[in-house]
Amino acid sequence: MMELDSAMLSRMLTSMTLGFHIIFATIGVGVPLMISIAEFIGIKKNDAHYTLLARRWTRGFIITVAVGVVTGTAIGLQLSLLWPSFMQIAGKVISLPLFLETFAFFFEAIFLGAYLYTWDRFKKPIYHWLLSIPVFVGGALSAFFITTVNAFMNTPQGFDLEGKTLVNLQPLEAMFNPATPTKVFHVLASSYLTSAAILAAITAFIILKNKSTDYHKKALKLTMTATFLFAILTAVAGDLSAKFLAEEQPEKLAAGEWHFDTEEGADLVLFGTLSEDNEIKNEIRIPNALSFLAHGDFNSEVTGLDQIPEDEQPPLWIHYMFDLMVSLGMYALGVSFLYLVLSRFKRWSEHNKWLLWLIVLNGPLAMLAIEFGWIYAEVGRQPWILRGYMKVVEGATTSPHVGWMFLLFLLLYILLGTICTLVLRKLFKDNPAEAELEHRYPEIADGGGKE
Amino acid sequence: MSYELIGITVLWIFLYGYLIVASIDFGAGFFAYYAKQTKQDHIINKLISRYLSPVWEVTNVFFVFFFVGLVGFFPDTAYYYGQTLLVPGSIAIILLAIRGSFYAFENYGSKQSNVYMFLYGATGLFIPAALSTALTISEGGFIEETADGVRLLTGELLTSPYSWSVVFLAIVSVLYISSAFLTFYANRANDMDARELMRKYVLFWSSPTIIASLTTFIAMSQHNNEHFEKMLDLWWMFGISVAFFLGAVFLIYQKKNFGLAFIFVMMQFFFAFFGYGAAHLPYLLTPYITLESGVTNDAMGLALVIAFIAGLLLLIPSLILLLRMFLFDADYVKGKK
Ligand code: HDD
Ligand code: HEM
Ligand code: HEM
Repeated sequence: MMELDSAMLSRMLTSMTLGFHIIFATIGVGVPLMISIAEFIGIKKNDAHYTLLARRWTRGFIITVAVGVVTGTAIGLQLSLLWPSFMQIAGKVISLPLFLETFAFFFEAIFLGAYLYTWDRFKKPIYHWLLSIPVFVGGALSAFFITTVNAFMNTPQGFDLEGKTLVNLQPLEAMFNPATPTKVFHVLASSYLTSAAILAAITAFIILKNKSTDYHKKALKLTMTATFLFAILTAVAGDLSAKFLAEEQPEKLAAGEWHFDTEEGADLVLFGTLSEDNEIKNEIRIPNALSFLAHGDFNSEVTGLDQIPEDEQPPLWIHYMFDLMVSLGMYALGVSFLYLVLSRFKRWSEHNKWLLWLIVLNGPLAMLAIEFGWIYAEVGRQPWILRGYMKVVEGATTSPHVGWMFLLFLLLYILLGTICTLVLRKLFKDNPAEAELEHRYPEIADGGGKE
Repeated sequence: MSYELIGITVLWIFLYGYLIVASIDFGAGFFAYYAKQTKQDHIINKLISRYLSPVWEVTNVFFVFFFVGLVGFFPDTAYYYGQTLLVPGSIAIILLAIRGSFYAFENYGSKQSNVYMFLYGATGLFIPAALSTALTISEGGFIEETADGVRLLTGELLTSPYSWSVVFLAIVSVLYISSAFLTFYANRANDMDARELMRKYVLFWSSPTIIASLTTFIAMSQHNNEHFEKMLDLWWMFGISVAFFLGAVFLIYQKKNFGLAFIFVMMQFFFAFFGYGAAHLPYLLTPYITLESGVTNDAMGLALVIAFIAGLLLLIPSLILLLRMFLFDADYVKGKK
């Protein structure tokens, strides 16, 4: 089996930290946008329900931010602690976006502090809403900058290699490498989708448990509409990502699709199993669809694994990661579409118990899709850490203590995850929306939202 | 000025910024816990949470900025420090993580808990101790370079008087800086009970601070005489630092002008920190990395400097806005908003 050397343990620790951070990072990118939208609608419609929504989301958000910040700090330091040789080389080319990212954090942190403590300080509520803009822009910028770094690892450019030294460095060219546009688009879209889906799931859950009120119905409508729109956007971005892969990183697409032989009019393989000698069984086959996914033409040629040297092929199990991600994306699209259709017609109720349970499920599933997507993207880069230049083993630390650190961080994440969940639950259980509505906006607490 | 000099100056300024804001935060955690244990929490804890709540995330970013910038300007530091600091670095991360998240859980969550308070207080002292290890290592003598990489000489580190005097200095400085700031803040909030309590703490922690500085000096002369000699060449920086120290203690003792007193404290550390830093050059890690050998290429250096200037243009107005809203808004400080 696999050997647990420093490089392997470093991979495990990095994967664990990133896998944990990405949950909170996704929320950190997406939820501020939803908060901003809710507050804006509240002001425009002069409807206190939406304002309360923004307020309550913010209160939960701030707890997840804390975990996002500390795990982000962890991964930031771990990059140097676990991958010193990689950072020494790659740092020469790609430190610009990492550095810029810290400014985005600064920007976001400052305005988040201001946003949080000034709800009732302005005469005109729109001024308070203005403070939300730098918060979600800061989150999107963080995502943008860090994703350019990850894109660079997949399609490095902006330097020349002379022996072992890097020359002719062009930081901007490194940042805007071929992988950047599709990756950034897909990461942003999927973060927005996931955040909307999670907020919708919480709302649906409360409607199921308690009685549904106007407040919750409005919240569900807003979040499900957003889920639908962002699901479309995510699928478009995912399609563009696949087309990018076909051009620039064909081995990742080929391994993800179990596409062994270069051919025209390639079939798309969904799920299935692989026998000892790479025979595909039990799959669903869609004729010519892979050619379409790769190049937008049902008869185009798609590069297969036969073109890739054996020792540079990514592991084939990433196929399942890809399929799960896409299926979950389709699920999000389907559920939100169903909700919108049902809410169009008076005769049907969109607050049907079954539909609500499907919506509840969609929240955690969307987060899983993010995890699957990243595993697909990162493992699909194997064996490279810097594609074409440096392999993962060459980048890792040689310190003998990584194993212990892995256990220590595992404990930390279990602790943080558990307490974060408990605190969030308690926060909203002790202070249900109805009570807060009564308390803050007594004039509308019973009946409609409009004044 | 060359990129490496601009780079290290900027980074050192940010590390100094972190030293001040983080000390306030770390010390406040300790005082909050201590006050709770001695049943004085009704006096100061409100004050502490009013100041800390809006700014803790900003504090963290100072730190992130420093280490990301360091690796950016001087990629070699990633290799040497990264390779050797895995254990102390990981411990510091874990402490920071516990502190940051538990602060948020306690403060934004619904319930006060003794365990959170304890973790928040204890980490406030352990983190500076763990982080100061990086500075200790930079003096050289704790790292060994062999054929298969570099490694930390843990035994030497744990038995070195220099290393322990730095730890001690870090902890007492935190308490001193923090209490000086909170005295000022309490005074602004017109909270006389809190002010008197904090004022007692400053006076109490001032003498260990100066004693620890002296012992560190002496230990340094034993450990890295070259650095020590260069610090002696810059004796006037340390002289100014001591003068500001005396001024600050005098003002606080006289109950005069607490704002100025805190500025004096900041100046005291500014001169000592920059005196130490300037004498440290050209080494970033004795004897492996110097400014010249470790610096990144010109293209990246230029890009980082431009990014930095653009970033500042964005940040400074935002920071001023934040300070005006929370630190200088008298009504907010007094708890009326
Ligand atoms: C809610 C999450 C989510 C959903 C529903 C989808 N994706 Fe995705 N996908 C991601 C979340 C994600 C991600 C986490 O954001 C990844 C990981 C790395 C990246 O760039 O984005 C990703 C990567 C990723 C890649 C690899 C890109 C690269 O390595 O450069 C491809 C080709 C796709 N996706 C394609 C799709 C397609 C065709 C989808 C059809 C609907 C889809 N994704 C849905
Ligand atoms: C600065 C940019 C990044 C660096 C240096 C980096 C580096 C690495 C390394 C070294 C590994 C372990 C080697 C491997 O197994 O492939 C890894 C794995 C992984 N990374 Fe990245 N990564 C970066 C960006 C990201 C981002 C932005 C994410 C998203 C959160 C991410 C998600 C993952 C995941 C999920 C794995 C696990 C893959 C596995 O199981 O092997 N990475 N990354
Ligand atoms: C290698 C990968 C990554 C590194 C090194 C990294 C680094 C960091 C650091 C240091 C912080 C804390 C900043 C602070 O002190 O305020 C942070 C937080 C954050 N990160 Fe990451 N990050 C990575 C991956 C990602 C990804 C993939 C995303 C978005 C898709 C992301 C989005 C965020 C956001 C939005 C925050 C702010 C905290 C919040 O609002 O929850 N990060 N990250």
